[in-house]
Amino acid sequence: MTATQDRPAAEIGKDRRRKEDQRLITGRTRWTDNITLPGMLHMAMVRSPFAHASITSVDTEAAKASPNVVAVLSGKDFGAELGVCINAWPITPDQKTPTHSPMPADRVAFAGEIVAVVVARSAAEARDAAELVDVEYDELPAVIGIKKALEDQVLAHPDLGTNKSALWVFDSAEAGTGSEVDAAIETARADGILIEREYRQQRLIPAFMEPRSVVVDPTGEQITMWSATQIPHILRFALAATTGVPESKIRVIAPDVGGGFGGKLQTTPEEWIAWAVARRLSKPVKYTETRSESLMAAHHGRDQVQTLTLAADKDGKVTGLKVHLDADLGAYIAVVGGGVPVLGAFMFNAIYKFPSYRFECQTVLTNTTFTDAYRGAGRPEATYAIERLMDELAAEVGVDPLEIRERNWIKHEEFPFTTIAGLEYDTGNYEAATRLAKESFGYDALRAEQKERRDRGDRVQLGIGVSTFTEMCGLAPSRVLGSLDYGAGGWEHASVRMLATGKVEIVTGASAHGQGHETAFSQIVADRLGVPFEDVEVLHGDTQIAHKGLDTYGSRSLVVGGEALVRAVDKVIDKAKHLAAHLLEASEDDLEYNDGRFTVAGTDQGIAIQELSTAAFAAHNYPEDMEPSLDAEATYDPVNFNYPHGTHLCAMEVDTETGAVKMRKYTCCDDIGVIINPLIVAGQVHGGLVQGIAQALWEEAVHDEAGTLVSGSFVDYLLPTSADTISFDVVHTDDPSVCTTNTLGTKGVGEAGTIASTPAVVNAVVDAIRHLGINDIQMPCTPERVWRAIQGSKAGGATETPPDAMPHFKDGALNQDEGAGQ
Amino acid sequence: MIPVKFDYLAPTSVEEALAALGEHGDEAKILAGGQSLLPVLRMRLNAPEVVIDLGGISSLRGIRDDGDAIVIGAMTTHHDVRDHALVHEHALLLAKAAAEVADSQIRHRGTFGGALAHADPAGDLGAPALALGAQFVIAGPGGTRTVEADDFFVDLFETAIGEDEILTEVRVPKHTGWGAHYEKFVRVAHQWPIVAVAATVKGSIDEARVGLTNMGSTPLRARATEAALAGASATEDGVREASELAAEGTNPPSDLNGAAEYRQHLARVLTGRAVLKAAGAQ
Repeated sequence: MTATQDRPAAEIGKDRRRKEDQRLITGRTRWTDNITLPGMLHMAMVRSPFAHASITSVDTEAAKASPNVVAVLSGKDFGAELGVCINAWPITPDQKTPTHSPMPADRVAFAGEIVAVVVARSAAEARDAAELVDVEYDELPAVIGIKKALEDQVLAHPDLGTNKSALWVFDSAEAGTGSEVDAAIETARADGILIEREYRQQRLIPAFMEPRSVVVDPTGEQITMWSATQIPHILRFALAATTGVPESKIRVIAPDVGGGFGGKLQTTPEEWIAWAVARRLSKPVKYTETRSESLMAAHHGRDQVQTLTLAADKDGKVTGLKVHLDADLGAYIAVVGGGVPVLGAFMFNAIYKFPSYRFECQTVLTNTTFTDAYRGAGRPEATYAIERLMDELAAEVGVDPLEIRERNWIKHEEFPFTTIAGLEYDTGNYEAATRLAKESFGYDALRAEQKERRDRGDRVQLGIGVSTFTEMCGLAPSRVLGSLDYGAGGWEHASVRMLATGKVEIVTGASAHGQGHETAFSQIVADRLGVPFEDVEVLHGDTQIAHKGLDTYGSRSLVVGGEALVRAVDKVIDKAKHLAAHLLEASEDDLEYNDGRFTVAGTDQGIAIQELSTAAFAAHNYPEDMEPSLDAEATYDPVNFNYPHGTHLCAMEVDTETGAVKMRKYTCCDDIGVIINPLIVAGQVHGGLVQGIAQALWEEAVHDEAGTLVSGSFVDYLLPTSADTISFDVVHTDDPSVCTTNTLGTKGVGEAGTIASTPAVVNAVVDAIRHLGINDIQMPCTPERVWRAIQGSKAGGATETPPDAMPHFKDGALNQDEGAGQ
Repeated sequence: MIPVKFDYLAPTSVEEALAALGEHGDEAKILAGGQSLLPVLRMRLNAPEVVIDLGGISSLRGIRDDGDAIVIGAMTTHHDVRDHALVHEHALLLAKAAAEVADSQIRHRGTFGGALAHADPAGDLGAPALALGAQFVIAGPGGTRTVEADDFFVDLFETAIGEDEILTEVRVPKHTGWGAHYEKFVRVAHQWPIVAVAATVKGSIDEARVGLTNMGSTPLRARATEAALAGASATEDGVREASELAAEGTNPPSDLNGAAEYRQHLARVLTGRAVLKAAGAQ
């Protein structure tokens, strides 16, 4: 038995190396594609090359005759047993929702949609035979892009009669949280400042490292599905709800999963087809997508056009914000597809005190890959819009962008603060984060250098971008989700098993896919229970082990799952105390619990938690009013979101001759409450920053007019590597704003870097060339777009932008006048 | 990603390789370092029945001195070209360009000859080879022949190498003491160049050679620029006029990374920078 004295004093706050990394990094673990079952068959998908077409015939004869092919099945070979892909978040009661069959028999609605599946004894034979399946299509007109979809001339789903799926509205005057925004706009138009802009959130691809993979074994009493998913519990529920198999007969396992970023927060056609094929053939089957398939058919993210009106008085005090979003859902409404842009509704007001606010979100259907959550999900888009607008407002007023923010933000003494969007921010200190970020960044020196380069007319201009972000994370209070018509709750479950030998197993309903839960949760339990870090084992991702849970997304695992864990541990301690009092023949009131040991106050008598575990196991001597077990579980439903925030400062160099942009310095000061493991936080922040920076500078999923994904490989879809980034300056305040709604005082951090960094980078690029008359560059800020903006300003606005460089803007969009920057 | 099934041959001599090529003709593909061929096979963009791997032919590797030229074996890796003393002494431009090929892993697998024979106009080695007036030694059933750089690159992914021939080595005339720079313009480090300029100059500036990457269906030489640079001074003003001529006669592609017009602009700007850096003036 391990002596409790071996345990270091405090685990929370310690830079623990991640205990899961050895197996994850070497790959010597159970990635789904590593799983091989006796008699397992392999599947290959036949996908539509057309964005919109009727399927007139599927000839499978040649494929069936191919070596070692067991079956070739198309949509018409299945009935109800195939199930449907669900939308769990209809955002309005009258939302138009197309039926999403995993493998339609009659009509495909995006390029990459599955029309047939080949099952063979090897993956290579399945792939070879898939090329022999002869599908005949009648091509239908395809609607690509938000602008075209809104016209309703060509329909993504003709039977729906429109491409407009739903309109979701929040209005502060109607909600009683503020005044009428149109009045504020009229006042500003007459005697103030009005900033009107249209911003584009380009479509992105989550591009997780491990392609999606699924194995289904129908040979046991329970049908088991292994899937590279973020959401094994939601997946199990959806399988039961749509395929007629009782939930109790379904076991879903998310083994080690190689990244998700929201891209594996999905219930996929591939999973449903694997499920149906395994049941049809009574054989285990496996499907692992290629990278090309992943880019084409795994869900995409973002894809919005934002029409924005910011009203302010002459001093730059904001009086109102009006937001209209058009959001591209793609061909189907994915599991939380429609809800993602709606999440932004609560974040456009960000850290500011706005007296009036109106938000409208129009979702549209197009013949493209369906969209859904991608790191930040709704919040990066909102943060981008407001942080870009605040920089524009500062330029209009003629003050420093930090100054304009300070005039509008919630002061630290004003917390808790109920926002115009109706959320109650519990804690925050924007002044402190900004002060530290400025100091660490060397703000004043960089501003001086910027001025010097401008005065000198240097070929390379310097720009400084600001982003003072907040986010709502820790999804989510179940009642709030209910009020938004989401199909599930937002609680999390944890249990603690005290093993006979004194080791501890904890079971969490969160489902890690790279976050480091095993390490962070071990640290929490080690401290709270007083056991060595190494003695804690974290179990997750298998619905037979972690029978209850709502999985991992929305920066929720620590703040919701961690709190459930704390509560379960506290129940264990209560039980252990009762047992300890019995064994020590002392009163519970006289017992103190420290470092894993109960001691009787004023004596040298005591007993360790491990000894109590053994005693409970032996059960030779325990109080009559308790069961012989210390195990406990807890389900925690958060009472509020939590609101991490931070000040991000970015310096970009812009080569005015080529338009090339280069990051010079990036500083972020994130206030995320109490930090459990600084190393894991640094990893989350670094990775998050790179993903946000990548939206600003590199990534864009582009479909051509026919609906073919042009950026269909990593040659054209530009993912950055470490060679493209700089060393980030990541700092935290000494005195963080501790979250008041969970025991540990933690706030989420998984999405912070992605949410904050995109506007900081674009603000910096625009700031570098604003003196040339430029006030926007469309994302990603390619060298060509920057160069064209500069050329346009030189020529007095005469440069034409080629259509392929800006395919999505509306004609005459507010800030897209020629030469004003694309 | 699984390629279509193919037969794999691993000859150990050029003669054996030529015999295999003769037997299988256009059903065969030559595998050098595989950095372009394997992705093509795995994405099923091509499905040869036979792949002939030159990796086992040791005579195709290495770099040697041959009087007024250095000779680079076709199977020499980018990494070895980048680091070799003979290359640094006599053809510095090649070392500079080889250092910019993709990433370290690819430079250790990809080969000099393989990249040139693949003839991707966005490849990093074509423009420097052209600028240095390289000669391509090609072995075929009737013996070997030598093709001048100007005649080697025919079109997009097309060279003077016949279907029954193999590129064995490249002779690079010595440019001893010439300064060199390869100016590559990319958005992310591992990307194919949007545009790149290969410049090597003697003195500052007596003579200059300038090659352009991804400015047409083959690597190109900026001859008007070269002519204008002879006798120019290695200053921004001195090279400006010559750089302005760099896009003459080019026909670059338009894609997500830039329209043709933008690429032509880049070629002019980058030429000035490359020449000045080659001359040690920047």
